Amino acid sequence: MHRIAKLACAAAAVTLAATACSSNSSSTSSSGSGSSANWATTTSATAGGGMDALVAAAKKEGSLNVITLPRTWANYGKIMDDFTAKYGIKITDTNPNGSSGDEINAIEKEKGLSSAPDVVDVGNSHALPNTNLFASYEVASWSDIPAALKDANGKWFGDYGGYISIGCVAAKVAPAPCPKTFADLLNSSYAADYKGKVAMSGDPTSANAAFSAVWAAALASGGSLDDIKPGITFFSKLKAAGEYNAVVDTESTIEAGSTPITIDWEFNNSQFASDLKAKGIDMTVAIPTDGLYSAYYDQAINKWAPHPAAARLWEEYLYSTIGQNDFMGGFARPAEFAAMQTANTLDATDEKNLPTVSGTVNYPTAAQLTAAQNTITSSWASSLG
Amino acid sequence: MIRLFKKLGAWGAVLPLLGYCAIALGLPVWAILWEGLHQTNPTTQQTSVTLANLTSSWHGIYLTGLLTSLRLSLLSSVISAVVGLFAAYAIAQSKGRYFKQAVLTASGVLANFGGIPLAFCFIATIGTGGVFLSWIEDVWPSFSLETFSGVALVYPYFLVPLMVLTTLPALDGLREQWKEASANLGGTAWQYWRHVGGPLLLPAALGGFVLCFGSAFAAYATAKALTSGTVPLVTTQIANILSGNVIAGEDNLGMALAFNTIIICGLMMAVYLPLRQRSAKWLES
Repeated sequence: MHRIAKLACAAAAVTLAATACSSNSSSTSSSGSGSSANWATTTSATAGGGMDALVAAAKKEGSLNVITLPRTWANYGKIMDDFTAKYGIKITDTNPNGSSGDEINAIEKEKGLSSAPDVVDVGNSHALPNTNLFASYEVASWSDIPAALKDANGKWFGDYGGYISIGCVAAKVAPAPCPKTFADLLNSSYAADYKGKVAMSGDPTSANAAFSAVWAAALASGGSLDDIKPGITFFSKLKAAGEYNAVVDTESTIEAGSTPITIDWEFNNSQFASDLKAKGIDMTVAIPTDGLYSAYYDQAINKWAPHPAAARLWEEYLYSTIGQNDFMGGFARPAEFAAMQTANTLDATDEKNLPTVSGTVNYPTAAQLTAAQNTITSSWASSLG
Repeated sequence: MIRLFKKLGAWGAVLPLLGYCAIALGLPVWAILWEGLHQTNPTTQQTSVTLANLTSSWHGIYLTGLLTSLRLSLLSSVISAVVGLFAAYAIAQSKGRYFKQAVLTASGVLANFGGIPLAFCFIATIGTGGVFLSWIEDVWPSFSLETFSGVALVYPYFLVPLMVLTTLPALDGLREQWKEASANLGGTAWQYWRHVGGPLLLPAALGGFVLCFGSAFAAYATAKALTSGTVPLVTTQIANILSGNVIAGEDNLGMALAFNTIIICGLMMAVYLPLRQRSAKWLES
C-alpha cells in the first residue's frame, strides 16, 4: 500500500512539475502585463498584487475544495452558497461529517492530487502539530485576530469558536432549577431531579466538545490548564450520583427527554435550542462561570493546495465582516469579535443570540494539550467504566 | 503454453483468485503491519523502525480495550448463538412457508440494523425512565444501558437474526425421516441429537457463532453512541486515534491496534477451522 501510495505521489509530482513548468513559462511571457504572482507561496493579498489580482486568479481556477464542513455547522451552508454566488467559484465539500483527523489525513494522503483539500477547518489540537503541512498566509484583517488565536508565522488562524455551556430543558428537570454552573450539577439536593439526565457530545477521547467539557469541569474543580484530572474526577462523581448519562447528546435525545441537560459547545447547544423551539421545547443555554473554557477552530491552507488562489480568497471571505458575522449567525463566536465590537460592525441580532459571558479565558499550549490528551486517554474509561 | 497450463492444472484455475486475495487482503495487512512498525518524528520528519507502537498497543488502556472487546463479543455471540439456534429450530419446525420466507427476509434486514439508529432505539425505549425500564429494574435493579451489560444486551438485537440466517438452511435440511428412523431403532431424543442432529448441525452452528463473534468484534458505532468511551473497545480506540477530533499524530499506534485485531481474527480461525474439519469428517464416516 505504502509503495503504491509513493508511486502515486511520484506520478502526481511529475504531473505537478510539468504544470508548474508550463505555468512558469507562461508567467514569464506575460510578466509584462502584471498578474504574475505564484499564489501557492504568496503570504498575503497585498504581496500578490492586491485583492483584485487575487479575485481574478481565483476565478480563473474556478473551483475550491473544502473538507468536512457540515452545512448545519456554524452556518457553513450559507457561507459556501454566498461565496459561490459572489465569485462564481464552485465549492466541493468532501466528507462533510468527518473529523479533524480525517482532514489531516486527506492533506497527507492526497498530496499532489487535484481532489486534495485546499483549506481545512481543524481543532487546535490538530493545527498545532501539523504546521509543516500548511502554507503561511495572513488575511487582510490579520491584526484583528487576537494573538492567542493565531500562529505567528500565519500557518493557522482561529476562525470561530465558543465556550463550553450547559444546555437545559427546564420542564424536564423540574422542580429543580436548570444548572448554571458545574457546582449546581453536583448539588446533592438536585441529584434526584438530574438523575440520568446529564450528557456530553460523546467520548472525550474522540469528540473535541466532550474533551473540552471535561477540561471546563476541571477548571471548576481545582484543576488548571496543566491538570485535567479533576475534570475526570468530576464526571466520576457525577456518575456516582447517578446523573451522568454516557449517551451522546443529539437533538433527538434531548427531544425524547433522555438527555435534557447537555454540556457542549455553546453553538451546538444554541443550535439545538433554536431547532427545538420550533417543536415547542424550551431549552436554555448558560455559560458556567466556575468553569470558563473556550476553544477556537482554526483555518489553514494546504501547502500543496490544488487551487492556491481560491484557497486564499476563501480565507479573505471568511475573515471579511460578512464571513465573520455569518459564523455568528450559526451561534459561534467569530475570532475577530472584539475588534468588530470596537469597530461596531457586529450584526446586532446575531450578537444578541449569544449567551452572556463573564470573565476571561486562557488557551492551552501544544504541550498542555498533549498532556491532557494522554491523561484522558489513559484514565477516562478506567475512571468511568 | 498449453503444456504450461496443463502442468499448472487446478492451480492455474485458482491463480486469479489467489492474485485477487493477495491484492485485496494481503496488501492491506502488509501495509498495516508496515505502518505499525514505523514512527515519524514530528519535528525532524524522519521515519524510523520501532516496536514502540506494538508494545504500547499491548499495555494499559489498549490492553483493557482489547480484553473488553473480546469479553463483549464472546458473551454477546454465545447468547446470540444459543438464542438464535433455538429460534431457527422453532422456525424450521413451523409449517407456514410464507412465515418462513418473511422471517428470513426480516432477519436479513435486522442483521444489518446497527450503529447510531439502533443505539437511539434502545435509548428511547430503555434509556432513562419509562415503563419498560421499570420492568427491567424490577428483576435487575442495577441495570443501566450505558454499561458493559447494557451493550451486551443490545448486540444480540442484530446478532440473533444473523444466527437465524446462517443456521436455518441447515435446520431445514434435517429430515423428519431421520428422526423416525432413530426412534424405530429405539433411540431416545437425546441419542438422536447426540449422534444424528448435533453432528449434522455442528458445522453450521459453529459457522454462525464465528460470524456473530466477528460481527460483534467489528461493531463499534452502537457501543460508541451508548457509552461515550466508558466501555473501552479496541475498535472505538482505533477510530478515535485515526479519525478523531482529539488525539493527533498517533496514526502508527492505530495501525498497531488494527494489527492486533487481525491477530485475534487469525486465532479465532485457527480454533474454528480444525473444529469444522473434525465435524465434517464425522459426517463423511
